[in-house]
Amino acid sequence: MLKKVFIKGNEAIARAAVDAGCRYYFGYPITPQSDIPEYLSKVLPKLGGEFIQAESEIASINMLMGASAAGARSMTSSSGPGISLKQEGLSYMAGSELPGVVVNVARCGPGLGGIAPSQAEYFQATKGGGHGDYRLIVLAPESGQEMYDLTFKAFDLADKYRNPAMILADGMLGQMKEPVLLQPPRKMDLPDKDWVLSGAKGRPQNIIKSLYLGDKELERHTWQLWEKYQRMKKEDVMFEAREIKDARLIIAAFGSCARIAKSTLRQARAEGLKVGLIRPITLFPFPEEIFRQASIDTKMFLTIEMNTGQMVEDVRLSVSPGTVVYFYGRPPGAGSLPSPDEILREIKKVYEPSSE
Amino acid sequence: MKKVFERPKSLKDTPSHFCPGCHSGLIHRLVAEAIDYFKIQERTIGVASVGCSVFLYNYLDVDVIEAPHGRAPAVCTGIKRVRKQNIVFTIQGDGDLAAIGTSEIIHTANRGENITVIFINNAVYGMTGGQMAPTTLLGQRTTTSPYGRDVQQEGYPVRMVELLSGLEGSAFIARAAVNKPANLMKAKKLIRRAFEMQINNMGFSMVEVLSACPTNWGLKPLEANRRVEEEMIPCFPLGVFKEKIQGSEDSRG
Ligand SMILES: Cc1ncc(C[n+]2csc(CCOP(=O)(O)OP(=O)(O)O)c2C)c(N)n1
Repeated sequence: MLKKVFIKGNEAIARAAVDAGCRYYFGYPITPQSDIPEYLSKVLPKLGGEFIQAESEIASINMLMGASAAGARSMTSSSGPGISLKQEGLSYMAGSELPGVVVNVARCGPGLGGIAPSQAEYFQATKGGGHGDYRLIVLAPESGQEMYDLTFKAFDLADKYRNPAMILADGMLGQMKEPVLLQPPRKMDLPDKDWVLSGAKGRPQNIIKSLYLGDKELERHTWQLWEKYQRMKKEDVMFEAREIKDARLIIAAFGSCARIAKSTLRQARAEGLKVGLIRPITLFPFPEEIFRQASIDTKMFLTIEMNTGQMVEDVRLSVSPGTVVYFYGRPPGAGSLPSPDEILREIKKVYEPSSE
Repeated sequence: MKKVFERPKSLKDTPSHFCPGCHSGLIHRLVAEAIDYFKIQERTIGVASVGCSVFLYNYLDVDVIEAPHGRAPAVCTGIKRVRKQNIVFTIQGDGDLAAIGTSEIIHTANRGENITVIFINNAVYGMTGGQMAPTTLLGQRTTTSPYGRDVQQEGYPVRMVELLSGLEGSAFIARAAVNKPANLMKAKKLIRRAFEMQINNMGFSMVEVLSACPTNWGLKPLEANRRVEEEMIPCFPLGVFKEKIQGSEDSRG
């Protein structure tokens, strides 16, 4: 079964979903993610699953909510404006503790924006997005391989925590063709879904809801959600750290930007600059601890993002006292992808050689 | 002695939160009776909508999920596609179904989703304090149409039954009232028939039930009942508007 294929990132996501046992997909067309529904509309019906092109992103997130409540692994995908429309549903799913995978192949905003790669949905993805005090599990792939691996993982994490999980990619990752090894990672040990709606046969009725009107009921519920988020921080943080041991400056970047910054890293090291890189893979839970530890010795950080500064706030909150966190951003749009040389120039602006 | 009246098995024995004279309790009861009649309690899944019907799980002893405002038909769709052997239904108000959720109800009906919708039309937004609904009658005063609904300003009451009957995916579409015993008996039959449609795999079924809202109409229960008879029924005529025949060309059963 092990196969290496040369496919678009979007297709890697769709294939991972199928390999992870997802048989239900609900979506609405939008560039640059349409390869996902196109692929799944071919494959799912043959596997005994269902594909619905819904009337809107609002309908599709609510179909996802229903399918998930019925106990099935299911997925929806969209981009920018469509993800905005899904926020109410995501809030309900988080409040009702329903798993489900939502893919955001991000494009630019605000408004209709554009279809170029963007990281401007970092805040929306990691800070709630919809109403109420909740978080999504947010995974940020940087390659075709990770589009596959992390999508698989997203289904496991969503089930583990009974919480929606989001893949935050972008048009570059979605459209780029790369070799991908279709090897399902080991599935986690997951709890039984005894909460599923299947008909109350031989058991009391199951109720899935987010309305809590009783005295202190909602506060208790919200703290329980919070405890879940704390557990995610303990058990499921993922990041990649490169050459940080002796680094004088550490680049912080995720997704496509981290991919580009890795070229910069090689150039910088070739020129004798002691540069390292930390790439958060889980944007929520954010890898706070590695930033804290790394910044005990390294006092210079440069956060690079395809926006005007979003993840940089989490980097600043995570680093140890006395650390300077610089920011370089390119708001997304056609022709606005930062180049490795450009990032190297930014490094040189702030990089001070050791006085030793 | 013969028992002539008892609580349906699938109706829970709990105090009601509905206001005196409200028809919602009766309608919930009719749904429970249909569930008992077909002996489907153990495979029925209810979807609560946002409005006075949000506490569905307090009344019906079946599995229930709460949907966002207007989205119950989409949530039903997701459940039914996964669990085709289960019976999936929702109870929606007129703000929920005919305003914010117009898109979902139309496309769910048009896809011919094999689910059942009970649509409670009380001509106002009940839970939020009696604001104007799409089904508010012309001239009717509400908290947001204080001078009475005016065609020039707010357009006409929306007739969802007539609208949805025009869609080919609809299998059974009817309108009922429960303001007097004769209507109640008809409503009971129609709700039962809607569930039967789903059991027979016929596609989308919906029964609109006209309901009094004495609290928000500012009327006594009896006056409110009279308004259903004298003002609502003329605007929203009762009857079966669409019924696919099993085994016919356009049926899926
Ligand atoms: C997105 C959203 N908008 C508004 C509301 C507030 N809201 C709660 S119930 C309701 C109206 C319900 O009216 P209707 O559907 O007619 O049902 P009824 O209360 O009359 O049973 C509204 C607007 C909400 N909960 N969510």
